[in-house]
Amino acid sequence: MSAPTITNQKSFLSRIGAALMSLVRRQIFIPIAALVVLIVFNLIADPSFFAIKIGPNSAGDMVLSGYLITILDNASELVILAIGMTLVTAASGGQDISVGSAIAIAGSVTLRILCGTNSRPEVLQAPIIVAFLVCCVVAMLFGAFNGALVAYLKIQPMVATLILFTAGRSIAAWINNNELPIISDAAFGYYGNFIPGIPVPTPIFIAIACMIAIFLVLKFTNLGLYTQSVGINAASSRLNGLNPEQVKFMTYVILGLCVAVAGFIKVSRFSTINYSVVAKDIEMDAILAVALGGNALSGGKFNMGASILGAYVIQFLTTTLFKFNVVSTALPAYKAVVVIILVVLSAPAVKEKFGELRKRMASRKTAKEAEAV
Amino acid sequence: MKTKVKLDKKGRLNPSNMSDTNLLLTITIAVFFVMYICAVIFLGSGFLKPQTFFNILNENASLIILSCGMSLVMLSGGIDISVGMVTALVCMSCAVHLDFHGGNVLTAMLIALGIGVAFGLVQGFLVAYLEIQPFIVSLAGMFFAKGMTTIVNATQFNVEHAGFQALKAVRLFVPGMGSYNKVGKYIPAYVEIGVVVAIVVVIALFILLRWTKLGRSFYAVGGNAQSANMLGINVKRSKFLAHLLCSTLAGIGGFVYFLHVGSGSPSHAAGAEMNAIASSIIGGTLLTGGVGNIIGTFFGVLSLSTIKNIVSSLGLDEAWWTNITVAAMICIFLVIQSVVLMRKNKSKV
Amino acid sequence: MQDGAILKMRGICKYFPGVKALEEVDFTLRAGEIHALMGENGAGKSTLIKVLTGVYGKDAGEIHLIGHDGPINIKSPQDAQNAGISTVYQEITLCPNLTVAENMYIGRTKGAITNWKKINADSQKLLDSLGIPAKSTQQLASCSIAVQQMIAIARAVDMECKVLILDEPTSSLDEQEVAKLFRLMLDLKQRGVGIIFVTHFLDQVYEVSDRITVLRDGKLVGEFIIEDLPRVKLVSKMLGKDLDDLSDIKSESDTAAVDESSVPVLEAEQLASMAGIKPFDFRIYKGEVNGFTGLLGSGRSECVRAIFGADKTTGGTVKMNGKEVKINKPIDAMKQGIGYLPEDRKRDGIVGDLSVRENIILALQVMKGFFKPFTRAQAEAFADEYIKLLDIKTASSDTPIKSLSGGNQQKVILARWLLTNPNYLILDEPTRGIDIGTKIDIQKLVLKLAAQGKSITFISSETDEMLRTCSRLVVMRDRKVVGELKGEDLTQSKIMTTIAGGDNQ
Repeated sequence: MSAPTITNQKSFLSRIGAALMSLVRRQIFIPIAALVVLIVFNLIADPSFFAIKIGPNSAGDMVLSGYLITILDNASELVILAIGMTLVTAASGGQDISVGSAIAIAGSVTLRILCGTNSRPEVLQAPIIVAFLVCCVVAMLFGAFNGALVAYLKIQPMVATLILFTAGRSIAAWINNNELPIISDAAFGYYGNFIPGIPVPTPIFIAIACMIAIFLVLKFTNLGLYTQSVGINAASSRLNGLNPEQVKFMTYVILGLCVAVAGFIKVSRFSTINYSVVAKDIEMDAILAVALGGNALSGGKFNMGASILGAYVIQFLTTTLFKFNVVSTALPAYKAVVVIILVVLSAPAVKEKFGELRKRMASRKTAKEAEAV
Repeated sequence: MKTKVKLDKKGRLNPSNMSDTNLLLTITIAVFFVMYICAVIFLGSGFLKPQTFFNILNENASLIILSCGMSLVMLSGGIDISVGMVTALVCMSCAVHLDFHGGNVLTAMLIALGIGVAFGLVQGFLVAYLEIQPFIVSLAGMFFAKGMTTIVNATQFNVEHAGFQALKAVRLFVPGMGSYNKVGKYIPAYVEIGVVVAIVVVIALFILLRWTKLGRSFYAVGGNAQSANMLGINVKRSKFLAHLLCSTLAGIGGFVYFLHVGSGSPSHAAGAEMNAIASSIIGGTLLTGGVGNIIGTFFGVLSLSTIKNIVSSLGLDEAWWTNITVAAMICIFLVIQSVVLMRKNKSKV
Repeated sequence: MQDGAILKMRGICKYFPGVKALEEVDFTLRAGEIHALMGENGAGKSTLIKVLTGVYGKDAGEIHLIGHDGPINIKSPQDAQNAGISTVYQEITLCPNLTVAENMYIGRTKGAITNWKKINADSQKLLDSLGIPAKSTQQLASCSIAVQQMIAIARAVDMECKVLILDEPTSSLDEQEVAKLFRLMLDLKQRGVGIIFVTHFLDQVYEVSDRITVLRDGKLVGEFIIEDLPRVKLVSKMLGKDLDDLSDIKSESDTAAVDESSVPVLEAEQLASMAGIKPFDFRIYKGEVNGFTGLLGSGRSECVRAIFGADKTTGGTVKMNGKEVKINKPIDAMKQGIGYLPEDRKRDGIVGDLSVRENIILALQVMKGFFKPFTRAQAEAFADEYIKLLDIKTASSDTPIKSLSGGNQQKVILARWLLTNPNYLILDEPTRGIDIGTKIDIQKLVLKLAAQGKSITFISSETDEMLRTCSRLVVMRDRKVVGELKGEDLTQSKIMTTIAGGDNQ
């Protein structure tokens, strides 16, 4: 803009600085930075954290093990949820806090279909695929319930989903008459553990499949354009022929589908379900993944890749905390601190202050330069 | 479903010359009486005994206090879902203080209050001055309190501190409300200390909201924050104080809960925030803020516990039915609120 | 202060980056007068009010207020209130959930405990003395909008204001309510309050005002006593054309004669909408450019919004090429080949965080359907084509639209609709707030499109633009269609007299 002499004076160093700055400004920088911090911390604390071993598991199959595998494996449900949560956040400017409860319902339905009336069947009462499909339909119906409250009754998303958040685990228990069904068929366990002969945990594949699916959906439909457009400016979207209510509703149904897949993996891991514990607090992690991905929790533009990476980072954090003997029940406290730091840093009021500070520093700098001249 | 029909009639009787607050309060009180009558029908005449009513109070004293705080934040347009877990944290901290650290009851009370105030200061600051969504802030607060509770102590245990046991055993007899048992012996009716605290809180908040400048400013901020600002109200300070008061009440309510159960446990008061929100909504507090009444909240708590009693008396005594009932109540009342207010607004136009 | 003045503003200047919003403006208000502040959009009325009420600081000039020695410095709305300058805005700034009395007193009582009984009695007394039909214990939301407005005024009066600013107070009131409000204003005038009345309704100005100050383009046009300024002159002052030297500038490019015997592209009969316009008839032929004219707030935007389905219609029929069609929502209109560039670019037009490319393809993409997204290459081709065609100045098609200048944002929205290749294009204030060069580009484009056989409705606050482009004008006043001008009637003076209505001087 200004005098050419200034551009000439630009040193090589400052150019590197500019390149770095442009990376910093990229949205995906936040989860990458967080990941780097965690990796460096673990490298210093205990490099064996990154060791990957291959050895027989309890079933006698040769499988991979190690903290990294655990992270990738355990993050699967969270990644799948983060996909749906990102869309819901983008379109409705709020979050669904009922996903944990809804996973309990989805898992319970799956077991109910597989077990029939007997809670400990010798053989499966229905094909696994049928159970999965029914689970999808039910979870999407509950998603539709949330979506209807948010989109058509215009209740704030978090309050609307509070209803299912409260009732979900109870509904899950009610579906199975409060019994704890156990599946003895090993084939059901494949989806949450290992398929014999494959050394990599199956949930990792399912998560990758979901990522590919959402990538394809975003590429071959207008989901991304519609949700972002509605989230940024609903009035303008309407005048361009969109139906904002319908778009919001749709995102909740999609989140329902994600919940179904996550719930299916969850019950497959243990071949049973504990209604009050399954996927406990996962809503917090899912919201955190979206926030960590640098997406505004108030809606609008989103970066799906950053959300997914955010989910992995959170699992990395969880596993790291576990490794340092933090009990699982105390985890929420640590994560709450991370959430607060994140929301405070992204709060408009704080950003404004930072901007002012930067401006003042810059003006002081130019003043000094002027003096020097 | 009986209640619903009744409600609509109530709403239609005199909709336009009543303020929103009074209209919803009337509905709430009507609902409570209908429910109590249902309880008498379903549960037999046991519900006619004053002691049955006092027992509802004894069991829900802390919920009444929590709900009052919740109503306060909701009135000012916010929400605080951390109150349940703050209660758990208070119980656990006090229990550990009394039994493991040899503290006394007075310092335990101060700890309870301190925890509440600390949560209120932080949450209030984040919501009011940094303008972060109250739901996110209190969600983080909820998880923080939850984690801290297990960090303080991971397992449940009963408090054996003598002074505390003495305080816990105090019963205040209500003259003239007793009843005769089968052998004709007079059993006096009683309430626990917590009930007295709860009633003091209800009266204090009623006065605060009704007659003080601060109380009315909560309504103004919840009704329309921008207008309130133009009218010369310090909106940020009002929001801050609402959250501070709510968390402080959670501290007090936590101690009352502790006094009632006499133990510390990470699973204490699980879902209490939901019950508090439900009570406030049933009590006629609008989620969008600006409309509500403490007396309504009081009746909201009573209605909620009455319906829980009915549910369990119908043989659905599994714990999970309670949650479903609470959620269903929230859902129904949200819809009733919007329908009643919508119709009222339409009739005006 | 001499000659009964209670407020004097002298040489007020206010600059925004790149814009002189106010330049050396003087304004004088006397005790017991109703003083109308008039001007078209962007004339500087609201900037002047905001300087006076402390919302904006001023860059130069002095404000003198009776009872203060020397110029006073107003830093915030609170300062203004304390100095005795109260404002009642178009949108009610009271709390609907509180009672009338509370709304009148909250925020200005001393002490923690308030004696509501006394306050209820006090406010009832005040309401009665001002003849406001409300009970002090009534909930504000149960009062009509007019009464709410009066309560806001009562609050201001009770704060012993000397200067009362009414900013568009009548825009959401019906005639009877306006009459009530005027009675209150006249009553206050008797009590010596100076009232600044900002409005777009000419009839209302002439009904109650004593004096008129006219602003145009941030400059003072003049202060007039109402009797000295007939309507037509007022309109000409506001629009910046003197009637005497108005040489009729009929468009040089004589647009091809429109075949009025053919079936209209669009024909609306007795169309009315929720936005409160009186039912109107409208038709447009192939290759025709017509326009809605009238002052701001006369209902011209509401008419086109009703046609496009942006506001819910409450009656009437719409025919496209002779066939009746149902247009309930914008997508229905789009499928009929209608495009609509909205008046409020920021609120209804741009999708701020999305890129220029996404903003350009949005409407066509929505019409094409959810499952048929354009490929990146297609989208880029479209975007590049229109960026070049309309000369949109943007770093790349990936730049978020919010970082573009207003004129370029407008071109993007225009590109969006041109891309859908509509038969009928509605342009509501396409030239507002953009530089001269772009304005001319857009006018040329409109004529070019018409020559290609498209029908266009063009709305602008600037009459010469309309004269240059339109072959027929629908004139509106106070949410009613009051006339239609074409051919030889298309002159500045004729438009002004029709807008002003009533006296033909």
